[in-house]
Amino acid sequence: MKTYKDTGKKDTRSGFGAGLTELGRTNPNVVALCADLVGSLKMQDFIDENPERFFQTGIAEANMMGMAAGLTIGGKIPFAGTFANFATGRVYDQIRQSIAYSGKNVKICASHSGVTLGEDGATHQILEDIGLMKMLPGMTVINTCDFNQTKAATLAIAEHDGPVYLRFGRPKVANFTEENQKFEIGKAVQLYDGEDVTIIATGHLVWEAIQAAQKLSEKGISADVINIHTIKPLDENAIINSVKKTGCVVTAEEHNFLGGLGESVARTLAENNPAPQEFVATQDTFGESGTPDQLMDKYGLNAEAIIKATERVLKRK
Amino acid sequence: MSKIKELEDFATQVRRDILRQVHKVNSGHPGGSLGCTEFFTALYQGGIMEHNPDFNMDGKGEDLFFLSNGHISPVFYSVLARSGYFPVEELNTFRLINSRLQGHPTTHEGLPGIRVASGSLGQGMSVALGAAQAKKLNKDKHLVFSLHGDGELQEGQNWEAIMYAAGNKVDNLIATVDLNGQQIDGSTETVLPMGNMKAKFEAFGWDVMEIEDGNDMQQVVDGLNEAKSRTGKGKPVCVLMTTVMGNGVDFMMHTHAWHGKAPNDEQLETALSQNPETLGDY
Repeated sequence: MKTYKDTGKKDTRSGFGAGLTELGRTNPNVVALCADLVGSLKMQDFIDENPERFFQTGIAEANMMGMAAGLTIGGKIPFAGTFANFATGRVYDQIRQSIAYSGKNVKICASHSGVTLGEDGATHQILEDIGLMKMLPGMTVINTCDFNQTKAATLAIAEHDGPVYLRFGRPKVANFTEENQKFEIGKAVQLYDGEDVTIIATGHLVWEAIQAAQKLSEKGISADVINIHTIKPLDENAIINSVKKTGCVVTAEEHNFLGGLGESVARTLAENNPAPQEFVATQDTFGESGTPDQLMDKYGLNAEAIIKATERVLKRK
Repeated sequence: MSKIKELEDFATQVRRDILRQVHKVNSGHPGGSLGCTEFFTALYQGGIMEHNPDFNMDGKGEDLFFLSNGHISPVFYSVLARSGYFPVEELNTFRLINSRLQGHPTTHEGLPGIRVASGSLGQGMSVALGAAQAKKLNKDKHLVFSLHGDGELQEGQNWEAIMYAAGNKVDNLIATVDLNGQQIDGSTETVLPMGNMKAKFEAFGWDVMEIEDGNDMQQVVDGLNEAKSRTGKGKPVCVLMTTVMGNGVDFMMHTHAWHGKAPNDEQLETALSQNPETLGDY
C-alpha cells in the first residue's frame, strides 16, 4: 500500500501566504486586500515586496469585498483575505451582488475555516461556508488539504478567470502532497485504489482519510480514497466511476453535513449511480472552544470517525 | 442654441423615456430617476465625463461611473442609450423577460455601460473605490464618479467606504449624493433622520461641496466641473446635490409616492404633455 509521508507539519494558511508571495513576483496584476488579519493570513511577505499592491481595509469586510470587485475593473486580480466566517456569512450579499452576479474575477481567501480555529470558539469558526459559497452561481469553491496543495491552489486560481472561494485553515497539519504540484481546478486526486468502499475527503479530513484507509487495509477492507479539493465544479466522473466499482461511499469534511461536500456527492450519485452513503461531518451544530484535536475528536472529524462510518456503510451495501 | 439649452432638451427627452419605460411594464422607479435626470445628462452629455460608448469593461483611459442606487435604472438606461451605448429602441424591453435592461442594472446580460450590478443598496461606493485604486495603480489619470441615494446612506457599508476613502486619500473619486429627502416609507426625516450630511462627510475627511438645485442644468454642470477641479488634492470629493424627486412632472414632485410606482395611461399623458418630445421618442 502506498505510503504518504508527512514532511513536517505546516499550516495551510502559510501555503496561501507562500503562494501569494510567489504571485507577487510573477504576476503584476495580482493585488491583495485584508481586513486587519495580515498576520493570520500570512500576507506580510507579499506586502513587504509589493506595498503599492496591498490594500488594508481595516475591520470592514463589506467594503473590502466591494473594493475587490472594483479593482477587477482595470484588470487587477484581487485576493481578499480574512477568516472564513467574515469572508462569507458576514458579507454574503456583497459577494452575491458585487462579485458573483457581477462576474468579477475576485479570489476570496478564507483562513481559519471549520472548527480547527480552536479556542476562539463558535463566533469565529464556521461550518456553513462551503454551502453558502457553492450556492452562488458561477462561484468556484476549493478546500485544500495541506501546505503544498494550498500553495499550488493559490497559484492556480490566479490563472482562472472568475470568482473563487479558497478555503484553508489555521492549525499545523501533515504536509504530504507533492511540492510544486500542478493544481487542476475541478480535478479529483486519486490517493488509493480500492474495491470495497469509496472515501471522499476534502481539506483537513484528507490526511485523516489516508490514516483511515491504512487501518481499514489492516482489517482487510480496501478503500478507494479520493481527495476532492474542488467542491465546485465537482469532478463527478471520478466520484461516479469510483462508486460504480465500490458500491458505497463515505464523505468526510470539516463542515456541516447540510450544504457541504457530502451533499454534493449525494446529489451526483442520486442522479447517476445511487449508493449508500455515510457523512463524516458536523451534524447541524455550531462549534465551541477547545484545541483543534479535541474539537475534531468531539465532533467526529478524524480517522476513527471515518473508519466507523465505513463499517456502517459496508453493512448497508 | 446654447449648450445648456441643448442639455435641457436632452434631459426632457430622457424624462419622456423614463416615464414611457415604467408605464409600459407598470413597474420601476420614476421618482428618483426624474430627480437625477440633469445629473446623468450633465455627466454623459455635458462634457463632465470622458467616456467611450464603444464599451469595454476595464475602462482604461476613460472616466468611470458607478450607480449605487440601482433602482433609478430608467434614467441610467435612457442616458446610456442616447449616448450611443446601445440602441435607443432597446428601452422598449425595460424589465421584460429576456431583456438586457433588468429591473436593476446588471453586468450579467452584458448591457454596455454597466460595470457592476447594483440594487441591493450601499455597495456602490466600495466598488467605485476599488476602481479608483485600480486607476492609480494603472497610472490612469481619469476619474471615477458614483451616485448614491440619501436614504441609501443608512446602509453601514457606505461608512466603511467613506472612512477608507479619506484615510487612504482616494482623491480621484467624486461621490455624489442625491439629496431628495425621500425614501420608500416616507421622508428621510421621518424614516431615519440622518442629521447634517455635510458635517458627517467633512468629519470623515472628505472635501464636500454642494449643488443647491440639482435640477438646474447650469448649476449641475458648473458644480460637477467644480468637483473635478477639486480632485487630485489628497481628499475624496463629495457632492451633496439637492434634487426634487419626480422633477419635471408636477404631480410626482415633492412626494415619495412615485418612488416605485408607474403612471397609468391618463397620468402618462399628462406627464408627457409637460415634457414635449425633443430628440424623438423610441
